[in-house]
Amino acid sequence: MVQRQQSTNDIDAYRTVKPVEVLLVEDNPGDVRLTKEALKDGKVCNNLHVVEDGVEALAYLRREGKYQDAPRPDLILLDLNLPRKDGRDVLAEVKNDQRLKRIPVVVLTTSKAEEDVLKAYDLHVNCYITKPVDLDQFMNLVRAIEDFWLAMVKLPNAHGGGL
Amino acid sequence: MNIRSMGRPAQILLVEDSPQDVQLIENALTGTVVRSTLYVARDGVEALDFLYREGGYANAPRPDLILLDLNLPRKDGREVLAVIKADEELKRIPLIVFTVSNSEEDIIKAYDLHANCYITKPVDPDSFIAHVRSIQDFWFSWVELPPNRRRNGRRKP
Repeated sequence: MVQRQQSTNDIDAYRTVKPVEVLLVEDNPGDVRLTKEALKDGKVCNNLHVVEDGVEALAYLRREGKYQDAPRPDLILLDLNLPRKDGRDVLAEVKNDQRLKRIPVVVLTTSKAEEDVLKAYDLHVNCYITKPVDLDQFMNLVRAIEDFWLAMVKLPNAHGGGL
Repeated sequence: MNIRSMGRPAQILLVEDSPQDVQLIENALTGTVVRSTLYVARDGVEALDFLYREGGYANAPRPDLILLDLNLPRKDGREVLAVIKADEELKRIPLIVFTVSNSEEDIIKAYDLHANCYITKPVDPDSFIAHVRSIQDFWFSWVELPPNRRRNGRRKP
């Protein structure tokens, strides 16, 4: 009986510290570096996975090729202007895929075009953010994303909702 | 477009049947740097009337953000979420589920229905107020909101 109680506590403890898996889809090395830095020192334990174009992003999410053991992300940070397959196409494919659509997608882009914002929301993006040009502001933004999406929001996968 | 560039207070539609929670949210949004105007619907039917400008809501503004409780009288929050996110005009309005429910089923279902995010209400009133302010700060200081255009009324199924 004591033994069983112990193991239940262990599972609870494991759940509490389970890192949040974040997939960053970004082709700009400077933005990747800044995002890594900002999330590394963050309050919420997380694993950041980076892919550099839209084809890789979908391969990662569908666990194809070298990604067959990739953890399913709890959150996707998606740039829009990407090589090979555009971020808009990635967003549309993710949100039309019954197995992937529940993963929250945060678009993080330099585009302020009204058409991009509108189209992203119509495709069911979870939120759309434009990247600040200023470096300090960029770091502040990544921390704000962490405070909101990683610390406050209930993510679907972090609660054992994997498929 | 964000609230600063709009040059007006943000408009939030709160769908909430608990008078205590409405009061806490009103308190939380008072005196903040980002200014919000709060509209309250007490159940799911009122919420949809407001969004479709029916009943007594002919002049209702289109909200910039919807805060939706799940357990509501007359029409459940899950149904309201499904209607909003299946409507071509309304689906683009960011919608935050804000509920006491911590059930895995509710969380997954809400995301599958395209809730923009899911947040559970803290029991402690100070944390509750801090959560509401964080929601306001994040969505109105960092996020680009969809252009707030007028819609053409309810589409019959």
